[in-house]
Amino acid sequence: MSRIFSLIKKELLAAFKDKKIRFSLLLPPIIQFFLFTFAATLDVKNVPIGILNQDHGTKGFELVRRFAGAKTFHRNIYFLQSEKEIASFIDEQKGIMVLSINEHFSRDLLAGKQADLQLIFDGRKSNTAQIVSLYASEIIHQFNVDILTSAGMFVENAAIIPRVWFNPNLYYYWYNIPCLVVVLAMVICLVITTQSIAREREMGTFDQLLVSPLLPFEILVGKVVPGIFVGLFEGLLMLGIGTWILGVPFTGSFFLYTLSLFVFVTSISGVGLFISSLSATQQQAMLGAFVFMLPSILLSGFATPIDNMPKFFQILTYLIPLKYMLIISKGLFLKAMSAKIVFYNLWPLVIISIGNFSGAILLFRNRIQ
Amino acid sequence: MRESRVRRIKALVLKETIQILRDPSTLLITVVLPLMLIVIYGSGVSLDIKHLKVGLVLEDTSPDARDFANSMIHSPFFEVTSAYHRHSMDERLIDGSIAGMIVIPSYYTRAKKTFGKIAPIQLIADGSEANTASFVINYVTGAFANFLIQEALAAGGVGEKPIIEVKPRFWYNEQLESRFYILSGSLAITITLIGAMLTALVVAREWERGTMESLLSTPVTSFELVIGKVIPYFILGMISMALCVAITVFCYGVPFRGSLLLLTLVSAVFLLCSLGLGLMISTIAKSQVLAYQITLMVGFLPAYILSGFLFEILSMPMWIQAITTFIPAKYFVQSLQTLFLVGNVWSLIFYDMAVIALIGSIFFIITALKTARRIP
Repeated sequence: MSRIFSLIKKELLAAFKDKKIRFSLLLPPIIQFFLFTFAATLDVKNVPIGILNQDHGTKGFELVRRFAGAKTFHRNIYFLQSEKEIASFIDEQKGIMVLSINEHFSRDLLAGKQADLQLIFDGRKSNTAQIVSLYASEIIHQFNVDILTSAGMFVENAAIIPRVWFNPNLYYYWYNIPCLVVVLAMVICLVITTQSIAREREMGTFDQLLVSPLLPFEILVGKVVPGIFVGLFEGLLMLGIGTWILGVPFTGSFFLYTLSLFVFVTSISGVGLFISSLSATQQQAMLGAFVFMLPSILLSGFATPIDNMPKFFQILTYLIPLKYMLIISKGLFLKAMSAKIVFYNLWPLVIISIGNFSGAILLFRNRIQ
Repeated sequence: MRESRVRRIKALVLKETIQILRDPSTLLITVVLPLMLIVIYGSGVSLDIKHLKVGLVLEDTSPDARDFANSMIHSPFFEVTSAYHRHSMDERLIDGSIAGMIVIPSYYTRAKKTFGKIAPIQLIADGSEANTASFVINYVTGAFANFLIQEALAAGGVGEKPIIEVKPRFWYNEQLESRFYILSGSLAITITLIGAMLTALVVAREWERGTMESLLSTPVTSFELVIGKVIPYFILGMISMALCVAITVFCYGVPFRGSLLLLTLVSAVFLLCSLGLGLMISTIAKSQVLAYQITLMVGFLPAYILSGFLFEILSMPMWIQAITTFIPAKYFVQSLQTLFLVGNVWSLIFYDMAVIALIGSIFFIITALKTARRIP
């Protein structure tokens, strides 16, 4: 037992003794945390739009006024003079949308005919365009309803009353923070674990460890402790920043959160061990970690919902530890998730950990004999 | 003098090429990683909402309520699970198996038929998925608004009603395929990885192992050294870029409407800029772990989050928008999306290229200064 402790002590010293490294372990995650929190948003606000109003009647003017009055657009409206300007306006990305009102718009409406309205979007940014088109059609829909009502033929007698649970004001950062806590804990834990073995191997000190009386199992335990320790510490630190400074509610059980985070970083350090047991140099280990990290983040449901993915990728996501932890993290932050659902998402992580650790031990055994 | 300079550079390039070919991690980052990224971005990741999972609670089972329920069930945008009691849906919302629920209350029909009353339908969205939640709200509200208008028109006789018909057109991407712009933008990430990360790691390793000092003690000047490093990785990056473009266009059917020459030119400028970044980082960091961390911080992550390829820059807070001005990937993404989907918009692309070149030359100047100072 004392052997393991002295090994752990040595590993912790090796990981944190260099001042530059210590700095690089603490600072980047915090910067990333703040940057990501506010930058990684799929929200749409303040997008510039163009309006080409060729109609000289009252209806066209009224519609323009409604667009100008809308919260999403009001600060950023450009008035175009002719149809020729539309192409360059969109092409050079001066705006995401052009509302084009033709010259007989008012005439058609007053004559009781159907009037056409053209909306042109920049399809290069299809997500933004789609959201803006929803806003625009809401304005136009209301305009329609008012026209029909004033014609005395339509009474809106039913309505959807939307409410958002868990995040009533739909703040994007309430979603980002529970995700980032976990993503960044994963990144840091993986970097530390993968580089610790590869570095020793590159420098040749790993062989010295192997000829010591330590068992392979003990060496591996010593190697994963710093990563687990830092991952857990930084995860909880960011949880503190998120809840106390940025004001995201934490409604679940803190004990369950810590436990889940521990199981999660353990499973990640298992992955780290596995990668470093396959690689001969630091460079290979780090790039290997990267090859694991990138799809993990992209397919975990953080960037885009898993439900949008094709079946094959949905099945693939069962192998991604981050996926389970994201569900738990969001649940415990915002939804006061019950222990039952937490454990339901936790056991796959235990299985993944066991798989990776046994794989890594086998690989090391083979290398020694 | 001149000849020996060329000879020395040739020798350096040869040495570097041999090292590149010998190390399997180069293959990993120039072929495997870009391919993986393209497959994930092309097939896996999608922002197109096609099957929103929603729960529908019918506390009212009258024909009126059923009409709306049916219009939801038949909509291609929703995947509806029906129930008659709301508590069975609560848990599904918490464990995330539905994104929202629509409750048609038991008094819906009665309220609708009472004059002066507005019948409510409750829509509850899961706010822990902020983006999906706003889609759920917008789509359901929109679907319901359409339903009401259809109903009113049907009740009041057909056609000839003064009503505005909206004709939305999504230029350059009529089907609104998000993979079109995600894939073209993701090339910027690939190039950043090869240019900045690979170079940073390789050069940092030379510093860490002390081979850089031995190189500097030879007659090779630091200028020749930089050129010797840049050339092989430049070629490697361009090959990888060509591979990615080919797959993007031929396998994923993303249109390419600009000129190939212009694309090559922009890519070359951006690749050089990334190489400059990689060299600068490794010269400052000297250790591989540190170089890796810094490249992630200032190279990869900005290319991923701040370049506007996935997240809209205009929606970011002002201080972050200000930071994006200095991110070369932002300009490259803009050029790529334009060249792929729009065509040659000269003014835009030349502007982008100029900015990238400017930022890149700053990286090279810093590298040169740092290396020169080290020699004595």
